[in-house]
Amino acid sequence: MKNPRWNPYLVGVLIGLLSIVTFSVANKPLGMSTGLAQAAGACAMPILGSDQVAANTYWAKTAIPAWDYSTLFLVGTMAGALLSTLLCGVFKFSSESSVWTASFGPSKTKRLIAAFLGGIIIMYGARLADGCTSGHGISGCLQLAVSGWLFFIVMFASGIFTAKLLYGRSVQA
Amino acid sequence: MIPFLAFLTGSELLWAAVGFGLIFGFLLHRGGVTDFDVIVRLFQFRDFTVLKVMMTAIAVGGVGIAILHGHDLAQYHIKATNLLAVGLGAAIFGVGMVLYGYCPGTGLAAVATGRLDALAGLAGMMVGGIVYALTFDWVAANILPVGAYGKLRLPELLGLPEWVCYAGLVVMTISVFALVNKAEKKTK
Repeated sequence: MKNPRWNPYLVGVLIGLLSIVTFSVANKPLGMSTGLAQAAGACAMPILGSDQVAANTYWAKTAIPAWDYSTLFLVGTMAGALLSTLLCGVFKFSSESSVWTASFGPSKTKRLIAAFLGGIIIMYGARLADGCTSGHGISGCLQLAVSGWLFFIVMFASGIFTAKLLYGRSVQA
Repeated sequence: MIPFLAFLTGSELLWAAVGFGLIFGFLLHRGGVTDFDVIVRLFQFRDFTVLKVMMTAIAVGGVGIAILHGHDLAQYHIKATNLLAVGLGAAIFGVGMVLYGYCPGTGLAAVATGRLDALAGLAGMMVGGIVYALTFDWVAANILPVGAYGKLRLPELLGLPEWVCYAGLVVMTISVFALVNKAEKKTK
């Protein structure tokens, strides 16, 4: 298989340049989780009913479910990752990863359930903190926002602790 | 005042969102950060790819935007420092990231590379987003106001000039990379 990976420093420089462009010509920072919260609002409509969604303070004011800059950025992100995998011929349906398998075995069901639960947890955390690795981690930190650096440091510490608990038994994997 | 350079509006802005996202998703995949193992191994100090990508982006983007901001060509978008909400949210986020194996952006990109676990987590993120919206009124009343310092930046917090903070950022980034290189040589 061809190795599609570029030098991580080069990728970092290019993401930095991309954020300079979005800040200047679009007056927008890079961010992900606001768009995802808007999408969650759209998903809630068939479950809760659109009146309930419209009446919710959070969806009515902060994360209005709509095709706007934040949600279209998500569409672009998926298209970009897909384009990259297709260009180097590495698109493949899979759910295996060696760190997970070393601790929890090859069961796909187990992995998918854990990922689903992880998704619930990460999104709740991202909304409570008002940002994720992109919105706080990259955009917040690069503006020297106290909230961004606080997020980065606490998230990192919590991740180290959790990784030790979950995957500590299999450091050799 | 709207900065002079921010010329994109209306439907142009929406097309630009797709274009910028396209570049971002492409770069996330090429950077190798759409991979479960790469992300989780960061927290075990066995793979520093994520740190290299993020800190380079922060240093380059930070200096660039500071220069534009200094010439009134770009605006800052600072998120409020709500100590309890950001601290607690980040702690919860760290747990979720290690269990999910992705963050929201890299997870979404990983879905497009064919990762089914990333897709299961995307469904989970929709549920998490709904749960947050349903608990928002309580959170807004009880969590968000605790330690609310508003839109605070490091230069104000530390009482240092802008350029000193940005110089510090660059020096810190280079020092972290030097340490990372040392650690990588040791394990080889």
